[in-house]
Amino acid sequence: MKARSFHQRALNNRNFVVGLVISGMVVALALTSFLWTPYDVTSLEIGSKLQSPSSDHIFGTDHFGRDIFSMIMVGARNSIAVAFVAVVLGLGIGVPIGCWAAANRGIIDEALMRGNDVIFAFPALLSAVIITAIFGPGAINAIIAIGIFNIPVFARLSRGAALALWPRDFILAARAAGKSRSLITIEHIVPNMLNLLVVQGTIAFALGILQEAALAYVGLGTQPPFPSWGKMLNEAQTMMSFAPHMAIFPGLAIVITVLGLNLLGDGLRDLLDPKLARERS
Amino acid sequence: MTLVVASIIVFFALEIVPGDPAEVMLGINATDEAVAALRESLGLNKPVLERYFSWTTGMLVGDFGRSYTYSVDVVELVSERVVISLPLALMALALSTAIAIPVGLYAAVRRGKLTDTLVMGLTQLGIAIPNFWFALLLVYVMAIWLQLLPGGGFPGWENGIWNGIKALLLPTVALALPQAAILSRVTRSSLLETLGEDYIRTARAKGLSQRAAVLNHALRNAMIPVVTILGLQFAYLLAGTIIIENVFYLPGLGRLVFQAINLRDLIVVESVVMMLVFAIIVINLIVDLAYAWVDPRLRIRSA
Amino acid sequence: MLAIKDLSLSIGGTPILKDIDLSLEKGRILGVVGESGSGKSMTALSAMQLLPEGSVTSGSIMFEGHSLLGASDTLMQDLRGDDIAMIFQEPMTALNPVHTIGDQIAEGIILHDGAGRQEAETRVHELLNLVGLPPERFPLSRYPHELSGGQRQRVMIAMACAQRPSLLIADEPTTALDVTLQAQILRLLRDLVEQTGMGLMLISHDLAVVAEVTDDIVVIRDGRVLDAGPTGSVLRELKHPYTRQLAEASSHVPAKTRPPVLTADQERVQASPMLELRSVSRVFPTRRKSLWRKEPPFIAVDDVSLTVYPGQSIGLVGESGCGKSTLARMILGLDAPTNGTVHFLGTEFHTANHDEIRDVRKNLQVVFQDPFSSFNPRHKVARLVAEPLYLEPELSNDQKHERVVRALLEVGLDESAMDKYPHEFSGGQRQRLAIARALITRPALIVADEPVSALDVSIRAQVLDLLSELRERLNLAYLFISHDLGVVRAICDEVFVMERGRIVEHDTVAQVFDQPKSDAAKALVRATPDLERALAYRKDVASVEKVELR
Repeated sequence: MKARSFHQRALNNRNFVVGLVISGMVVALALTSFLWTPYDVTSLEIGSKLQSPSSDHIFGTDHFGRDIFSMIMVGARNSIAVAFVAVVLGLGIGVPIGCWAAANRGIIDEALMRGNDVIFAFPALLSAVIITAIFGPGAINAIIAIGIFNIPVFARLSRGAALALWPRDFILAARAAGKSRSLITIEHIVPNMLNLLVVQGTIAFALGILQEAALAYVGLGTQPPFPSWGKMLNEAQTMMSFAPHMAIFPGLAIVITVLGLNLLGDGLRDLLDPKLARERS
Repeated sequence: MTLVVASIIVFFALEIVPGDPAEVMLGINATDEAVAALRESLGLNKPVLERYFSWTTGMLVGDFGRSYTYSVDVVELVSERVVISLPLALMALALSTAIAIPVGLYAAVRRGKLTDTLVMGLTQLGIAIPNFWFALLLVYVMAIWLQLLPGGGFPGWENGIWNGIKALLLPTVALALPQAAILSRVTRSSLLETLGEDYIRTARAKGLSQRAAVLNHALRNAMIPVVTILGLQFAYLLAGTIIIENVFYLPGLGRLVFQAINLRDLIVVESVVMMLVFAIIVINLIVDLAYAWVDPRLRIRSA
Repeated sequence: MLAIKDLSLSIGGTPILKDIDLSLEKGRILGVVGESGSGKSMTALSAMQLLPEGSVTSGSIMFEGHSLLGASDTLMQDLRGDDIAMIFQEPMTALNPVHTIGDQIAEGIILHDGAGRQEAETRVHELLNLVGLPPERFPLSRYPHELSGGQRQRVMIAMACAQRPSLLIADEPTTALDVTLQAQILRLLRDLVEQTGMGLMLISHDLAVVAEVTDDIVVIRDGRVLDAGPTGSVLRELKHPYTRQLAEASSHVPAKTRPPVLTADQERVQASPMLELRSVSRVFPTRRKSLWRKEPPFIAVDDVSLTVYPGQSIGLVGESGCGKSTLARMILGLDAPTNGTVHFLGTEFHTANHDEIRDVRKNLQVVFQDPFSSFNPRHKVARLVAEPLYLEPELSNDQKHERVVRALLEVGLDESAMDKYPHEFSGGQRQRLAIARALITRPALIVADEPVSALDVSIRAQVLDLLSELRERLNLAYLFISHDLGVVRAICDEVFVMERGRIVEHDTVAQVFDQPKSDAAKALVRATPDLERALAYRKDVASVEKVELR
């Protein structure tokens, strides 16, 4: 077990490989859409509206005659960007808060964590509702809403991990060597929680895609004419009875992307944290 | 405490909303005098702090204020909507728990076997499905295609409880299944963890069968993380109702919020959000009590 | 009653046990001895048929006419807890935290005898009395977390003895306990064997423990039986080289070539004190348990004064929870005393400025108990050992490298270790690395918090030798913190005995061992398992028995 390299173990981990392939494909589709899509997603061709899947339009067309496959490709950019920035936001603010709280304990810790609880009491959708009510709908606001929700998640995770690390002997040894708390946090604490952060980051990414889709679906996310998966589902709803393909393909895109990311997260957890993997399997 | 902070955030966040409710209500052709008169009658020209305190103290005695646009008390408005949202969330919670715990238990006991792999694959899929899309598919299959259940709308409880429940059935399933997928995974991994504990070996050494050891010793210990997730899930379910109500055209709190946002009816948005936050805090309290019930280590010793 | 023949076991293809033979009669105590990883626990789990998944066994295990190997689940469930019972090492985790102790003890009685609640409760009362937990003080409605480790282990014993089993397997039942508790539990087990006539299989890594209570002994290493026979003759004759090695290691005393440095001896102590604690206390506020009552604060360290002179080796002993680790943290400047002062080389940590602290820290280093958690698993040895050089920023990289190499050589490792990660080393080697890390700033005092208690006896002896030798060569002073008097005796000049936060006795090692004055010291000395003493005691008993036979 120990002798095998990370590469070999990774290739033998089914979750990891499948997750990586799916996530890679989605990202590749999103990147390709910058250069080429089968059809132009901004041109409306009423003549070919509401077509079922065919060799011309493999996923069919919508009520404005736009090619659904092309829209899904472009929509992928949006989903990935929103979810990714929201994760970065959560990591960038949450982890320092969590580490700081764990390093200093006492009143600061208490206050920070109470504040966290307050934010945690608002599901992302609720804060999105408030934020949208303030600034109006849009992709940026969706990012902020999901990002705000991610902050306490990462703050709690990193605080918990840091609290478990602080009493360890190697931290005490570093303290006995006269190192300051912030230096120890950078040198010893953060590197030892990286695994956890990577895993949680992947999961938060998947969740972010789901939340973005939900926000766009109720009209609080990305605004038309820019395509997004959630928005496409919203438009499909009224045409369920005669054009179900309009709802099926964007939904499948969400499911596959989220599934891929979750598998990737599970695979990473197995690979990076042997202890956790043992407990799970 | 959390409630006070939340109320401050909600109120002042909405204070900086661009768009004057008086202007929205009267339309773009209204004269300045008319707008000013309306502001006066709505109390909008009073200082911010004064309005905050009258709002919060009002809430304490059950007076949530008056909707600008519906011209009825918020309490009245909310109470006719909550009878849809709350049953929906509770039914979904009950259904998801009823599915998840047996499924998680089954998968944990059959760890590594084909059925376990199959069930876990399904839950993996369940987590990835957005509930509103699942709702759309349910509508298509059950309402449009098979025509078994109503695909949207709500007849009102006064037209028979069964009709009401029937209207909520599909939304409940749509909300519950993705949550059940998460919950059953948590149940399974938590159970597996407790099955590796020393006291399970002790129980087996006492002569208990594997089955008795799981049911008498592992299950209750495994419930501790499950209770945490259940509490969190209720918050998600409440938020989820906002979306699901839109899919099924249910006149619940969720639709009220969206209509209120579009109409800049701040007092309604504020009140509904506060009520949801309040509900979530109450749930957290119940979760804490449930902890103490499950885990005697968390009980306060009286001696 | 129990006969294991040619038992072999492999788990997932890895061989664990090879041709184990042992037998045990009613009313006898069999000791199974071996170092960690020897397979002694797996032997016990084979008899219980509670082996981990993926185990493949061969050979035979006969118990009262039943063949246990490959026995059906139904048969095993009838036997387990009824005829064969088992006690585990870790009393803190072996009881279910969500059930009361009464329910947990009664469970087996109800299961095997179909007893009613009332009857079961009466039996539980008797059992608790038997194990020294009178129900008047320890009601059945207690939960495990309301009991101490020793009390929990008594509950485990009560649970195991509930059905008067003919065979009791005890897997390291006292390893997690303090020495005084260890003595009590061993005595309880021996009494139970006498009263009930059951057979006891006592598994232990500690030769002294086994020597004290067992009738017969089996020595296991790498899954093989190396030595077996009546305890007295096996341990006195020491025919097998491995048994001899174990025995020597467990009573090992590093050669002290230089006389002890004693505080009373003013001539040797010309220098001023190096470390001086004056009336140090540390009080921890307690959590409010209810709205109305505030618990009194917990006094971890209470008015401790202590002095260490250059070159001295001082022992600090006491049961776990007596405050010795809290005291160590204050000495290291990791925690500030609530009252009193800690001066090291004339500097007080929590009032000194940054530069002063740095100068002083160079002379004060630390070695921790657990060699597995005392290194950041993500760094290589070169960086880990060099960590304290943070205190000497004036050193160039080359100088640092050279210092690391020297420190590694001092502890018997070489330069090739520098590019490895800590998990590539064994426990004993890691403890050497920890010592190298402590030596690198050329300190005057090393605080060692239980430095050998996580190590197997043979490794322990080597590390003690190393510490003793280094002290000699580098003129180090040690502050040795331990619950194990044997270790302290081997390496210290003077001993401080701590009890409930206070120093209750201070004298030379010899004095404390031979004529302990305080109750705490007496209890510690009496309870410490000692191979020679145990054998001497056995000899007396044996000669008495022989006389009686005639």
